Amino acid sequence: MKFAHLIWGNLTRKKLRTTLTLLSILVAFVLYGILCAVKQALIGGVELAGADRLVVRHKVSIIQLLPESYQARMEKIPGVAAVAHQTWFGGVYQDPKNFFMQSPVVPEDFMPMFPEFLLPPDQLKAWQQTRTGAIVGRNTADRFKWKLGDKIPIMSPIWGQRNWEFDLVGIYDGAKKGTDTTPMFFRFDFFNESRSERARGYVGWYAIRVKDPAAAAEVAKRVDAEFENSPAETRTEPEGAFVQGFANQMGNIALIVASILAAVFFTILLVTGSTMSQAVRERIGELGVLKAIGFTNGQLLGFVLAESCLLALLGGGLGLGLAWLFAARGDPTGGMLPLFHLSTGDLVTGVAIALALGLLTGIFPALTAMRLRVADALRRM
Amino acid sequence: MSQPQPIGSPLVHIAGVEKYFQRGAEKIHVLAELNLAVAPGEFLALMGPSGSGKSTLLNLIGGLDRPTKGTVTVAGERIDQLSDRQLADWRARHIGFVFQLYNLMPVLNAERNVELPLLLTHLNAAQRAQHVAAALALVGLSHRAKHFPRTLSGGEQQRVGIARGIVTDPTLLLCDEPTGDLDRKAGDEILDLLCALNREHGKTIVMVTHDPHASARASRTVHLFKGQITNEAVK
Ligand SMILES: Nc1ncnc2c1ncn2[C@@H]1O[C@H](COP(=O)(O)OP(=O)(O)O)[C@@H](O)[C@H]1O
Ligand SMILES: [Mg+2]
Repeated sequence: MKFAHLIWGNLTRKKLRTTLTLLSILVAFVLYGILCAVKQALIGGVELAGADRLVVRHKVSIIQLLPESYQARMEKIPGVAAVAHQTWFGGVYQDPKNFFMQSPVVPEDFMPMFPEFLLPPDQLKAWQQTRTGAIVGRNTADRFKWKLGDKIPIMSPIWGQRNWEFDLVGIYDGAKKGTDTTPMFFRFDFFNESRSERARGYVGWYAIRVKDPAAAAEVAKRVDAEFENSPAETRTEPEGAFVQGFANQMGNIALIVASILAAVFFTILLVTGSTMSQAVRERIGELGVLKAIGFTNGQLLGFVLAESCLLALLGGGLGLGLAWLFAARGDPTGGMLPLFHLSTGDLVTGVAIALALGLLTGIFPALTAMRLRVADALRRM
Repeated sequence: MSQPQPIGSPLVHIAGVEKYFQRGAEKIHVLAELNLAVAPGEFLALMGPSGSGKSTLLNLIGGLDRPTKGTVTVAGERIDQLSDRQLADWRARHIGFVFQLYNLMPVLNAERNVELPLLLTHLNAAQRAQHVAAALALVGLSHRAKHFPRTLSGGEQQRVGIARGIVTDPTLLLCDEPTGDLDRKAGDEILDLLCALNREHGKTIVMVTHDPHASARASRTVHLFKGQITNEAVK
């Protein structure tokens, strides 16, 4: 590109102004990247949800328990391939700020239900042989520097207000990029016998794998019909909808994120637009000289657009890069946003926004440059 | 008007040219019934008081503007009816401009400024560098190739401007008050350079000036007054 030095020279002519504009664009895109990562953390689970999984919870609310005996009845319902249950443990490791989820499960049911959790076979075996055994995701293990064989004390304010102690027998990884590897799982039989007699035999919610994802809605209806008019009626929905409902409790995240970003980008549009129109206005004479030499209107249009796009892409690229570095370090809240990450889709969208910003802020000054009558421009030197 | 015509077919031929500008409801007549011929190899000075239409006429010859009426023919080609796009290409091929205020790109060094017109040709980087070096040598500024305009004196900047004007070896070199912003000594050096380009390299030059000292160096002088040619002086 033999005109590159001309475009670069023009861009760097007013160093302070270019730097300030670049910084505003950069800040906007860092904000964009981080908000995208937050949004991903809050609603990203929806995309990762298994299409063939249903979640069964108490009809009244997720915190009401369901009888463990429902499992056998669910397994008999046509269309159901497998059933596994979980229960909210709500324990605290050392400090309430060290939040991560824990749940008692039946390993033989649970691991096949959630193939996104990758546990080495020998560790699974060790878990099955250790009543007090627990497994934890890579994220939390790294966070607290836990090793296999460690004793993990967890204080539970719900289940007996006492310390529970688990033996760490396994560390699992996520099969997909966004898989949440913060939770800890331990054995339901140990949990069930250790809690108060009154609470025994109850679980939090069930996951069901359906034989045919296309028939998931009918299976869900059948499950709810099965427990209709019983003391614990159920509400069954696809896992995606379940996660979505969770996210919706925090408001319409996507809308909030979009509104903030719209305001930010509107400001950036004005800042960059004024930089570009100023850049062209103070250069009228030079544009006239270029035209006199024989540069065409189309070429001058291209130069100005290239300059504005370069500015926007540089600022946007650096901003997205910083946001990506920040997100790559993982959850900044220490547990509240386990799925915090900047997705490739959001990155690509960010680059597209930068390009649109460049074109939009460049087009009007570029048209001015193009329409300039050369004799008039030369008189303005 | 019966003027002594140069011998041979003219390089520039202006016939019956009229030019007015529209400023709001007002029509400003700048050139009226103007005829002029420039022979190949001539060094023509266009003289006249400020506002007499010298720059306007030069712009018509250089294809920067079109006449309201009449014809402009350069090297056998009618340019008064070309489109903007065609004119741009035509200027790139045929015209070198030198301006009063040098009008170099402040963000480019001397050799990059001289190279600008070559970017519109098919020459590759090595060939362009060769042409640039030759043009800078011709104006005596090889040692300033890497300097930026702000670090050069007015006379040096104008010499870079001339190098830019001749680097493509244009049919015609058009200069609008090339010494107007220079002191006598620097101005003389520029005039020496233009004379050398005319005599030794056969460049056809049309130079606008209102300085008799400058016009004295030309081979012919045309006087413009209120948009009309009043008399011509051939040396
Ligand atoms: N684009 C334009 N619009 C309106 N008036 C113009 C324009 N260009 C030149 N003029 C007018 O035409 C007259 C001659 O201008 P010009 O050719 O620049 O004179 P000179 O170069 O001899 O000083 C001046 O009165 C000037 O104001
Ligand atoms: Mg003038």
